[in-house]
Amino acid sequence: MSGNAQGGLLGWIDERFPLTRMWNEHVAEYYAPKNFNFWYFFGSLALLVLVNQIVTGIFLTMHYKPSAEEAFGSVEYIMRDVDWGWLIRYMHSTGASAFFVVIYLHMFRAMLYGSYQRPRELIWILGMLIYLVLMAEAFMGYVLPWGQMSYWGAQVIISLFGAIPFFGDELVTWIRGDYVIGDATLNRFFALHVIALPLVLLALVVAHILALHEVGSNNPDGVDIKQHKDKDGKPLDGIPFHPYYTVKDIFGVGVFLFLCALVIFFAPEMGGLFLEYPNFERADPLATPDHIAPVWYFTPFYAILRAVPNDLAGVVLMFAAVLVLFFLPWLDRSPVRSIRYRGWMYKTALTLFVISFVVLGYLGTQPAGGLYTTLAQVGTLIYFGFFLLMPLYTSWDKTKPVPDRVTG
Amino acid sequence: MSNEGVDTSRRRFLTRATAAVGGAGVVAALYPFLASMAPSERAQAAGAPVEVDVSQLQPGERLTTEWRGRPVWVVRRSDDMLARLRTQEIRLRDPDSERDQQPEYARNEYRSIREEYLVLVGICTHLGCSPLFRPDAPAPEIHEQWTGGFFCPCHGSYFDLAGRVYAGVPAQLNMAVPPHRYASDTVLVIGEDGGEA
Amino acid sequence: MRKIILLAMMGLLLAPMTAIAAWPTVPEIDGLELELDVHNKASLQRGARLFHNYCLSCHSAQYMRYRRMAEDLGLPEDVVSESLMFTTDNIHETMQVAMPAEDAEQWFGQAPPDLSLVARSHGPRWLYAFLHGYYEDEERPVGMNNLVVSNTSMPHVLVGLQGVQRAVYEEVDGEQRFAGFEQVSEGSMSPREYDRAVTDLVNYLTYVSEPARLQRERIGLWVLIFLVLFTMLAYMLKQEYWKDVH
Repeated sequence: MSGNAQGGLLGWIDERFPLTRMWNEHVAEYYAPKNFNFWYFFGSLALLVLVNQIVTGIFLTMHYKPSAEEAFGSVEYIMRDVDWGWLIRYMHSTGASAFFVVIYLHMFRAMLYGSYQRPRELIWILGMLIYLVLMAEAFMGYVLPWGQMSYWGAQVIISLFGAIPFFGDELVTWIRGDYVIGDATLNRFFALHVIALPLVLLALVVAHILALHEVGSNNPDGVDIKQHKDKDGKPLDGIPFHPYYTVKDIFGVGVFLFLCALVIFFAPEMGGLFLEYPNFERADPLATPDHIAPVWYFTPFYAILRAVPNDLAGVVLMFAAVLVLFFLPWLDRSPVRSIRYRGWMYKTALTLFVISFVVLGYLGTQPAGGLYTTLAQVGTLIYFGFFLLMPLYTSWDKTKPVPDRVTG
Repeated sequence: MSNEGVDTSRRRFLTRATAAVGGAGVVAALYPFLASMAPSERAQAAGAPVEVDVSQLQPGERLTTEWRGRPVWVVRRSDDMLARLRTQEIRLRDPDSERDQQPEYARNEYRSIREEYLVLVGICTHLGCSPLFRPDAPAPEIHEQWTGGFFCPCHGSYFDLAGRVYAGVPAQLNMAVPPHRYASDTVLVIGEDGGEA
Repeated sequence: MRKIILLAMMGLLLAPMTAIAAWPTVPEIDGLELELDVHNKASLQRGARLFHNYCLSCHSAQYMRYRRMAEDLGLPEDVVSESLMFTTDNIHETMQVAMPAEDAEQWFGQAPPDLSLVARSHGPRWLYAFLHGYYEDEERPVGMNNLVVSNTSMPHVLVGLQGVQRAVYEEVDGEQRFAGFEQVSEGSMSPREYDRAVTDLVNYLTYVSEPARLQRERIGLWVLIFLVLFTMLAYMLKQEYWKDVH
């Protein structure tokens, strides 16, 4: 496994490019803790979905027409006239939602086991940047089919920037490139969606992985496996990523693809969640649909926006809800990483947080008003309470002693 | 962690089996992507056979239609034009249409189903320009012995009134005769093989 | 225990997914139940006959090609050309209408919408209820109104089949509430025949809204079978390697 002084093609390449060295460093001799559980599938699954989005996206752009006049028709053209176009389109649309499912679970994993804590703050921040870019990517991608929800969703979201004092209106017009959402908007969203943001995304993903491999993976016990090494300097509780985690992840990929295939082939709209029904109607600037709701992965933030009666405050809160996540490594004052060794306070707080996030997500899909608005306000309070009170309850919380070595 | 008592043959078998099944899956998944680049239903619709009514076409005239996005000519040749075809044969590159540029039923002296009507894809076999129809003779600016035909202004190739290429011009092949048939006495279907109605 | 909590959490995450239906709400009409099967070719063929005779003269299905329909429904191309194609003689064409949009707008007040995707944007239940929802109303210029789309500008094209019905209201807490329909005059079909005919029509429109569905569900099954096989192999491989660790 030493990989140097090889002959043949590989040897020729290795003298000119660190191929074997990179393979060893990041795969074959990357020692990961041996106690990864279910939650550790989602990193590699996210990578898989990213590849899926890029490949299907490339093939979609071969047939898609980014103009207000032709966009809707060209999507139907892909769905009907292009051989297998329907499959490629559903793989892309399902992939978009799957991306967020995977990313949310991946982030939740970090919160369970304190993976954002020192020395992994930068991994967390890079990950949050990925999440931010992904949201922009998804939003712009959703505009491209130019259905009613594409159009009116874009209308609502872009108008949010109008709440910014002094130059809000000018900013909105500049983003749209026109006085209404139109051809110019669609065209620039297309450019950003297929070129600019994917490039940024790829760069961030590489940085995220490099940063991870620099400090090493956390684990469900939150124990540092580098504390105990054998005589060769290999962590006693570590196993090489390849073959152990590659074969494990391949199994995870199988299960994941099975679930995705269920959606792609038997419920591509996922009951209106992944593809909203009004989006099968061409964008009509003169007729707003009865009820506008963003796609499910934005709805928690949309619910926060609507929970506040004041325009500007709502927008500020919505963006704050995303940005506050960046500060997690410094808000958490707990001496332990993993939830396994934290006290009841953090466990309660995290449970409340998950419930509030899910409830907000549901409320965001429903028309606002009455009880729902009150609920959304409570949810918003819990959401922010989780973060803002964190320095207090994590330092008061009674923690259990952390074992020396990983368990199980 | 220990490597004792590892059943390496079982391990190797499972590795290979998973790789084979997974590889087959990847190859199968490639197919839809490659197939999506083939002409779509819409392109096929545009490439559908076209019908041409030739009842109004006078001897010596040409009409142009479109099939698969390319110009297709129907020339109704007069007796005089047909007679002229024979005078130039020694100067042609492929007078007997030996190269595969026409369906079998048009591999004859006139390169057509009926002597009168010539059906040609109106594209020069050199680099794809559309040649000019020059039935008039003489035309010394093309050639001193010009007896009528098609002249390509791009690189100076010329063809006779059966679309046969002259020797010594850039084009090497006779102009293509598309598949066609007669649906009735006066209606031609271009893009479908057949023959006389 | 931890596994149970975990599953409960996943369930919580998935719960809102099932609770959302964004199709327009359909008023309750007693006895209306719709069962669709887009794989039933006979039903699709009957639906096609209705659609092409009653709907396609005003409504287009501009994304649907005749040839595709012929293939999917198992109809020979010359049969389609002769009995189902009225505005074109090219089987590769899409389903357009002869009526120019401007004329249509003058006659009906608004151009009849394209129906390619109506079953996807509004839902089959909505269509089914809409086609059952016409009732006598003297205040409307055509003498008809619709319970699902009130004051619709679309005339009841299937009135010859269904006959005319009247809406009956009852008073509940001082409010007029729709109670049901009452047949005023017979159509050429019995109510049951009409239900079946509209089911066929809605079935056909559901097919038209996504012709790939036929292919999709057929292939999907094989993909799932393949993935089960692959996952089982991968699991065995993983267990084999992880013997080293445990």
